Amino acid sequence: MPITVIIPTLLGSLTNQQQRIAIEGVKVSEVIERMEQQYPGIRAKLIFDGNAYRFINIYVNDNDIRLRDGLATSLQDGDIVTILPAAAGN
Amino acid sequence: MLTIHAKLVEAMITQALNDHPVEACGIIAGPAGSNWPLRLIPMRNAAQSDNLFRFDPQQQLQVWKEMSARCEEPVVIYHSHTSSQAYPRRSDVELATEPQAHYVIIPTQHLYQAEIRSFRIADQMVIEERVRIVQHYQPELELQMVA
Repeated sequence: MPITVIIPTLLGSLTNQQQRIAIEGVKVSEVIERMEQQYPGIRAKLIFDGNAYRFINIYVNDNDIRLRDGLATSLQDGDIVTILPAAAGN
Repeated sequence: MLTIHAKLVEAMITQALNDHPVEACGIIAGPAGSNWPLRLIPMRNAAQSDNLFRFDPQQQLQVWKEMSARCEEPVVIYHSHTSSQAYPRRSDVELATEPQAHYVIIPTQHLYQAEIRSFRIADQMVIEERVRIVQHYQPELELQMVA
């Protein structure tokens, strides 16, 4: 069973407006690399210099990957990866 | 134009004054596509700062999931400015991600009074809009309101 990735509206233009993508991968970084192959340009919206952007939240199921192993967080079949731009400002 | 119930405005201002000098923040959810702000949800400011807000990431996930399940969207995204006028600053513009939302700013410094202002922010552009504060919604909407 693959991983389900939930895509925010903001990135819908890169995924043909698909809000849920089924993809294989054993780590968050691998899932993002595979998404990049299918939807070029998406990686650059999420990662800079090997780290997730500060104002992009990525969760595995209900857990913020910052509190786990970041992009190296491991995944199991059926996990849900949610990408959610942080609501922030000054 | 943002049309919003007076009770929701009062709740935002009260939260902003209570949290001052830390920036207060939150959303008002409403049925997707309706443009009616109904359900006010104060958010924890993870930054706990007087010049920055960031929704607590864990709370944001839960609230966004709940909105999705209820076919809602953030009609209003609000925060306070505690020492400057109620106009979007640089990061407010750079980090805005909901082009359909009304971005409301509540000034809490005496100098600027407690007059809220509302903006649309999309593609790094800011457009101020009129705020119409009403005392009543249609009854079926008012029943769904949480202020």
